[in-house]
Amino acid sequence: MKLHQKPKTPTDLPVLKPFVVAGSKTWSMETFGTITADRRILVAFAIFLIAWLSVDVVYAQIQSDANQSAFATLVKWTPLMFLGPPGELGGFVLNIVVSFIAMALGTFLGLWLGLGQISLNPIIRRSSWAITQLFRNSPWLVLLFYIMLLMPFRVTIAGVDFDIPGWWKAAFALSLPIMANISEIVRGAIASIPTGQWESAESLAFSRTQTIWQIILPQCVKRMLPPWMNWYCILTMSTPLVSILGVSDGMSLTQDALAAESRSEFLIPMYLWLMSWFFIYSYPIAKLTRRLEHRFAVNE
Amino acid sequence: MDVVWEWFQWLNSEHGIKLTIFYDEWDRNRFFGGIWTTIHLSLVCMALSIVIGMGGAWLQMSKFIWIRRIVQGYIQFFRNTPPLVQLYFFYFAVDSALASVTGIEGGVFSSYGWAVISLSFFAGAFNVEIFRAGIESVPKSMVEAADSLGFTSFQVFCYVTMPLAYRVCLPALNNNLINLIKTTTVAYAIAVPETLYISNQIWSDEYNVPEMMNVVWGVYIILVGILVTIMHRWEKSIRVPGFGN
Repeated sequence: MKLHQKPKTPTDLPVLKPFVVAGSKTWSMETFGTITADRRILVAFAIFLIAWLSVDVVYAQIQSDANQSAFATLVKWTPLMFLGPPGELGGFVLNIVVSFIAMALGTFLGLWLGLGQISLNPIIRRSSWAITQLFRNSPWLVLLFYIMLLMPFRVTIAGVDFDIPGWWKAAFALSLPIMANISEIVRGAIASIPTGQWESAESLAFSRTQTIWQIILPQCVKRMLPPWMNWYCILTMSTPLVSILGVSDGMSLTQDALAAESRSEFLIPMYLWLMSWFFIYSYPIAKLTRRLEHRFAVNE
Repeated sequence: MDVVWEWFQWLNSEHGIKLTIFYDEWDRNRFFGGIWTTIHLSLVCMALSIVIGMGGAWLQMSKFIWIRRIVQGYIQFFRNTPPLVQLYFFYFAVDSALASVTGIEGGVFSSYGWAVISLSFFAGAFNVEIFRAGIESVPKSMVEAADSLGFTSFQVFCYVTMPLAYRVCLPALNNNLINLIKTTTVAYAIAVPETLYISNQIWSDEYNVPEMMNVVWGVYIILVGILVTIMHRWEKSIRVPGFGN
């Protein structure tokens, strides 16, 4: 372990250390690690892909039978895995659509639940707290089962039947834990605003509602954004769970493709291929989240 | 005990609430077996993920940039890919590849084994960052002070860095471990006989989906609740006023 910060200029004279502005992040190994290692991951990824491709092509040449190379198989199945069956919403795109819907719904519900947690009415406050804790502490898959199995697949509104597609229910189910976590984020962000803000708003004759919506919440947005994005990433990583409940998302179509090929040497490339999509989608968001976290860091 | 079982039988005959897991011995045994599987799966994964996290955090302080890069790659891979796909990847793809390399018939590990490996690596990736953040949060001046008092670097780590770092890590670590319990439900997908999987079998046999769904939900809330309570107590008891939080 490195104990000392090595002086930048080798000298034994008493040198004034560089002046550090309070609140600015110093150049630590962590920032260095995230910035450099990040680019290198992508480079390593590209090198790996090229190496594997060439090995794969050579291997297929040597075998020279009717078997396709793994790469050709990937190319063949990619449209299905990515876009789903023609004319239907499915595949990896459905994962993203589900994540959007669940996030939008979860954020909307979570905002109100979070405001409920700071309500002056004890009944609203306690029940909002209870709902938040209940959904925060339940496993996502259990909630998914609960909603998928117990929610009706068809509703009648004003005499008209509406079919609820499975992925719609799945999006609703996934929005519940998001709702609870957003609720906690909102509550935490509001609590982190200095009380002086409340007091000065009161002295300017703002009502409580006005104070919350015009003074407190706008200041919270900055603090809520990084955790909100973090939860979006977690949500996107959880969308393949819907494949267990029979929604034809990217995961279940990948398994269908593998079943159709039924060759065990394709298993690793196919799964890695699917994982790389999730990675490419989520990694930039995660990186941006981290950068925002540093920029918006309140103290330190 | 028999009175309780009879009461549930009465509940079924009078109100149609069919909780076979209480009065049917076969269902009861497999259901509580499922809960037990969930508990020890969680405990094993927690322990392994902490070991992985500590090892990773230690490797991240290595002098060699390639070691740091590999650890960073591991973290990013497991953080930015879905845990379910990781599990499938290990259970189907890696297992069959290993089996064909080593020539072992019928897979190298059981589904339980792969669930442990996959979930531990998943939670471990988060733990590495948590532990590293904890170690970095210890003020340089404290380390320097200990150093100037003649502590060796090992002593500095044991008596100064570690005790402070683990107090800082604990809230984040708890969150991650709680998350891990919730993620063990994913093992359902590869037929590990844990609570959710067993319950699915029971509701398929007995046609009591709503009752079982509520029971499963309740079981997980209780399990998570127990861990939250224990960890919260622990956090409180070791808190250093004015440091961390």
